Amino acid sequence: MSNQKKLVIGVIGADVHAVGNKILYHAFTDAGFEVINLGVMVSQEEYIAAAIESNADAIVVSSLYGQGELDCRGMREKCDEAGLEGILLYVGGNIVIGKQPFDEVEKRFKAMGFNRAFPPGTPPETTIEALKEDLHVEG
Amino acid sequence: MRPILLIDFGSTYTKVTAVDVENAKLLGSAAAYTTVQTDVNDGLANAVTRLEEQTGKLDFAERYACSSAAGGLRMIASGLVPELTAEAAKCASLGAGAKVVKTYSFELTEDDAAEILAAKPDIFLLVGGTDGGNKACILNNAHVLAEAGGSFPIVIAGNRNAARECERILAGREVYVCENVMPKFGTLNIEPAQQRIRDIFLNRIVRAKGLTKASELISGILMPTPSAFLAAMRLLADGTKAQSGIGELIAVDVGGATTDVYSIADGMPDHPGTILKGLPEPYVKRTVEGDVGMRYSIHGIVDAAGLDTVAAISGLAAERVKELVDFLGTHTDTLPNTPELETLDEALAGCAIRTAVTRHAGRIEETYTMMGLAYAQTGKNLMNVERLVVTGGSLIHTKNTGKIASYALYDPKDTASLKPRKAELLVDRKYILAAMGLLSEHYPEAALTIMKEELENDGLAE
Ligand code: B12
Repeated sequence: MSNQKKLVIGVIGADVHAVGNKILYHAFTDAGFEVINLGVMVSQEEYIAAAIESNADAIVVSSLYGQGELDCRGMREKCDEAGLEGILLYVGGNIVIGKQPFDEVEKRFKAMGFNRAFPPGTPPETTIEALKEDLHVEG
Repeated sequence: MRPILLIDFGSTYTKVTAVDVENAKLLGSAAAYTTVQTDVNDGLANAVTRLEEQTGKLDFAERYACSSAAGGLRMIASGLVPELTAEAAKCASLGAGAKVVKTYSFELTEDDAAEILAAKPDIFLLVGGTDGGNKACILNNAHVLAEAGGSFPIVIAGNRNAARECERILAGREVYVCENVMPKFGTLNIEPAQQRIRDIFLNRIVRAKGLTKASELISGILMPTPSAFLAAMRLLADGTKAQSGIGELIAVDVGGATTDVYSIADGMPDHPGTILKGLPEPYVKRTVEGDVGMRYSIHGIVDAAGLDTVAAISGLAAERVKELVDFLGTHTDTLPNTPELETLDEALAGCAIRTAVTRHAGRIEETYTMMGLAYAQTGKNLMNVERLVVTGGSLIHTKNTGKIASYALYDPKDTASLKPRKAELLVDRKYILAAMGLLSEHYPEAALTIMKEELENDGLAE
């Protein structure tokens, strides 16, 4: 059995921005992760169901259209409820509307139970490094 | 060539169909009461006698049978997440022709174990986790089943990295390991488990149900009846190398206890940009509505459709509908032999079809964005399927088949449901479809020709 770490990724809510999701899929796969890509318009329940069946190590949520804060609410609690206690939760993209100071935005998403929240324009490499650090992957 | 006999041991009737394979002709069909309690051969002999009253003495070269007698193939399945591996397990079992008594998800409890033991399934299908994914659930469930005891065979078709450990946990039991029904997230792989289920049915269950006495006379009991029906529908849709099929289709079998829906269709979206959600759908799909049937499950029809709807369609007063439905639910042998019962049965059959096909078909959700509409589809898009095959007493023994069957179609009041826009209606007036599925195992050309010939084209349902 491989020790490949498993990620569930997708774009949350009614969001249809598909391009970034495809880029992340390739970037994460090339970086050595096993990626379960749920595509766009993904509900919280779908991320959680996929993570349970596949025994995933992290859920990486994208939100581009500005409703991220609403869509992500309660996700950590649902993970706990579903037996995914402690699973790594990331969020990034354009997670809130307009230009808000990101440290405040980050604070709000961390309070919601996300381990990390990333500002707009974060390159895939930054995310990969964070994943490797948090999941204790060598190299 | 000598004729071939096709036998369907049903729970109530044993139906026989004689076929001349060389000329691809139906010679005749007949039925008699099934006699499982004593000797199934008695019922079979009675049916053959009736058949030969029409055809004259026949000297059969081969005899093939399918069976849904003695409860059919009764299965219980367990998976992990309800919409994922548990659904895949249910889908695999139904596609193998089983009656799914119950599907469990997540970890089985002691109470579940007691319930499973009491239900005495013919086969248990144990799945859960993608390959390399969750192991805890399937291992726990193997332990629960091991402790529960019982003698039913167990098919393990979950996370391959836990399969052998499950086998060890269940040491001493009849256990079969096969490929995962969902090896990767979003990938269905149900055929290996279905093949295993069919093998067990042939080798073990047929014997356990006292059908072996019959099998001495028979060249083979090939499959459970729904599986034969499915084989027939697949052949009719797809055809053979030499003969084209009729194309994608939906078939509905409205019975006394259940309503079965089959679709042979890829079910892909109309709009290229549509996003597909949920489990991928098999090209050949069977669903069974256990709460929708014309007698034993008559209350389920009314619960799903609403009493007022049944009353409005039948033109009877709601109180009267209620009275009659209560009566029919307990007097399950009642035939619609008065004008009042006839109109009621037609309304009920229409509602049964609407409920069952709506549950079988996929749905589409529209999301408004400032750039226009975005679509998300769950399940199969059957809007472009243009053939509808119907069978079952309430549809065969009526002149209004077309009117009843039209309830399977797209409903302007429920635009999210992806049911056919319009369809050519094919009626199984002679009840030959399960027999043709059996015949197709060895003589697909003859089976296809006979179906094309014998299915009555009832025009267009719109
Ligand atoms: C193309 C586009 C569309 C297309 C999408 C087509 C499709 N199916 O993909 C259409 C026309 C449908 C569309 C619609 C809308 N859009 Co638009 N769209 C864009 C646009 C121009 C480009 C998006 C894109 O593909 N970028 C390229 C990819 C590679 O980048 P990306 O998606 O940002 O992803 C990268 C990063 O964000 C990051 N990332 C993504 N997820 C994650 C997750 C983590 C954890 C991390 C660390 C990083 C990360 O990595 C990705 C790869 O590098 C952007 C503006 C822009 N320049 O970004 C607006 C933009 C995203 N849209 C916007 C809006 C408002 C909308 C609409 C609501 C209304 C509208 N203006 O039309 C609708 C919403 C529809 C819906 N329900 O989703 C806003 C969002 C504003 C906000 N969040 O504050 C933007 C920013 C434009 C703007 N400046 O106003 N849009």
